Amino acid sequence: MRDVAIVSFAQAPNVRCETERNEVEMLMPVVAEALAASGIARGEIGFTVSGSCDYIAGQPFAFVSGIDAVGPWPPINESHVEMDGAFALYEAWLKIQSGEVDSALVYAFGKSSMGDIAEVLTLQLDPYTVAPLWPDAVSLAALQARVALDRSRVTERAMAEVAARSRRSAKANPNAQLRGDFDVDALLAEPYLVAPLRKHDCPPVTDGAAAVVLAAGELASRSCARPAWIRGIDHRIECHSLGARDLARSASTEIAGEKAGAFTGSFDVAELHAPFTHQELILCSALRMAPSVSVNPSGGALAANAVMVTGLIRLGEAAARIHAGDARRVLAHATSGPCLQQNLVCVMEA
Amino acid sequence: MAERCAVIGVGQTKHDAKRIDVSMPGLVREAALRALADAGLGFADIDAVVIGKAPDMFEGVMMPELFLADALGCSGKPMLRVHTAGSVGGSTAIVAASLVQAGVHDRVLTVAYEKQSESNAMWALTVRIPFQQAVVAGAGGYFAPLIRAYIRRSGAPDDTGVRTALKDRTNALANPYAHLVFPGITFEQVASSPMLWDPIRYLETCPSSDGACAMVLASEKAAARAPGRPAWIHATAMKSEPTMFAGRDQVNPRAGRDCAAELYRKAGITNPRRDFDVAEIYVPFSWFEAMWMENLGFAAPNEGWKMVCEGATAMDGDMPVNCSGGVLSSNPIGASGMLRFAEAALQVRGQAGEHQIDGARRALGHAYGGGSQFFSMWVVASERP
Repeated sequence: MRDVAIVSFAQAPNVRCETERNEVEMLMPVVAEALAASGIARGEIGFTVSGSCDYIAGQPFAFVSGIDAVGPWPPINESHVEMDGAFALYEAWLKIQSGEVDSALVYAFGKSSMGDIAEVLTLQLDPYTVAPLWPDAVSLAALQARVALDRSRVTERAMAEVAARSRRSAKANPNAQLRGDFDVDALLAEPYLVAPLRKHDCPPVTDGAAAVVLAAGELASRSCARPAWIRGIDHRIECHSLGARDLARSASTEIAGEKAGAFTGSFDVAELHAPFTHQELILCSALRMAPSVSVNPSGGALAANAVMVTGLIRLGEAAARIHAGDARRVLAHATSGPCLQQNLVCVMEA
Repeated sequence: MAERCAVIGVGQTKHDAKRIDVSMPGLVREAALRALADAGLGFADIDAVVIGKAPDMFEGVMMPELFLADALGCSGKPMLRVHTAGSVGGSTAIVAASLVQAGVHDRVLTVAYEKQSESNAMWALTVRIPFQQAVVAGAGGYFAPLIRAYIRRSGAPDDTGVRTALKDRTNALANPYAHLVFPGITFEQVASSPMLWDPIRYLETCPSSDGACAMVLASEKAAARAPGRPAWIHATAMKSEPTMFAGRDQVNPRAGRDCAAELYRKAGITNPRRDFDVAEIYVPFSWFEAMWMENLGFAAPNEGWKMVCEGATAMDGDMPVNCSGGVLSSNPIGASGMLRFAEAALQVRGQAGEHQIDGARRALGHAYGGGSQFFSMWVVASERP
């Protein structure tokens, strides 16, 4: 395996509704910032790959205009996944591992404000047997939370503590959308939104964009004072049928964590893609997270959740801790699908 | 350096206007099980799955790979979903190959599909969003002006497109999986079929199909244990350019030329017309055969039509193109690119059946998408690279 590192990361400010700029306009400064920070010229990038979803934009071929943000002329080596940008980063990592290229630009964009995101996500479900019942994303998460409350050590208080901690941490993140100090008892006194979830257990609706530059070996060392070297990266999907899964645990995260090397050594920071509070608790359990690990110092998905971008931001935020010299070994996680169906785990070191 | 990668299993569905006998999971399983059987493997032997399709709005399911994971035996495994417009079938195979070439996995199942009968593709392609001009023309309306520009530029005779359509429709008679089959089709039938988008006639147009294609890609170690002959991947390439800008040559796009140049450099091809025994290229409207012959370097600029008119691209010509009947005969959009890649692999494995080119040793698979700005290609051969 080649040594590959995240050498730069940039993101747009996460906002409730970006009314002034379209996706390309949101991406352009982000891509420019990530490239400038890497010192790798636009024309020198070996491979470009993006993550986005047509159903977020409400139009087919949403990625087509997206590539205008990178100025693909002369023509570039380019690909796209209809997934979170974290999975695009995995494809870029593969391309570099195959020896074909030494660097890659990965970007993701999504304006969740374009529709009712909780209802749009219903269209991810089995179209024959589940989607016609029209369970929205919050209701499905509530089902999962109920299972977790009944079958594991997850409590409503622990969930509220996740919400309070995430939004407190987000105060130090200038790009976060939802931040502030919240009293756990006051949160627990709030009514249910969809029982057992309260409003604080749910993510905000967010518009966002992010970009990451990957480089191999010497080039990575030249591009960044402290590259975040990828020591392991793996992703796994599990059964789609909610009734066939144990929703209180994340089996696919356990496998991906094992393959990525998450169970050896300790971590300074973990950035987990958990849009709902109970999901962070399920993920911490699946990844056997020690109490000493700083989980989601950025505020995580509970502070900003631009669907299709949130996972890539987790990888970028975790890498940025290494770039800044604040961490030596970090874990990043991204998820896709209803109730944590698909999960990616990445271990990075200084 | 990259690990060697080979195609050890190929499968496709019977393509049809409406496969009402199968669900989406049933459709992808039909192709996947055939590819696995060809490779002598079961789902349990597969390390990862890479799936591709064109816009989700064609079936109205957002990120359908999530619900198809079970049907493809993917639980507990890695799954990636690729979408690069019409070129997606090709790019999906290339991403799957990179899993092997990177040394991460030994056996990867790759699948591409479209079940177009679930919706109206013309509608799905023309959803109007704010502040953007809707095309409201479908693919034929988009590409017809490019073909007219090609005719003006090259002086190609009017019947060039009819000749390609007749050839591909005749070839399709030897392909049991083809969607459109017109036994005894004649030049006059094609030439007198209704004009849809001038100069594209009804019988010069691809259908809208339900169908899927699958391949098993393997490392050198795994290929050594495969029961059949492998098709070795000698090179892959992908290129994209912007959809629109002043001065963009949409008839002979630079992304296609650059993609072919990179592919040939990697595969050591200096004279494509001599070095390839057969090619499967993405021709959704008849005239694109002549146009892509130039874009791919088989013919000099403005001379691609001569290959068509001389019969060079026919089964018995010196450069057979689309022996399977091509996209003109079966077009499940997301799978159409992978079908080109898979048919190229079948040829060099000697498994193309009635449409086999005897002794084919090296083949080109080609796909394009969008407004001719996305390209993906591969070279497969019977010999190891």
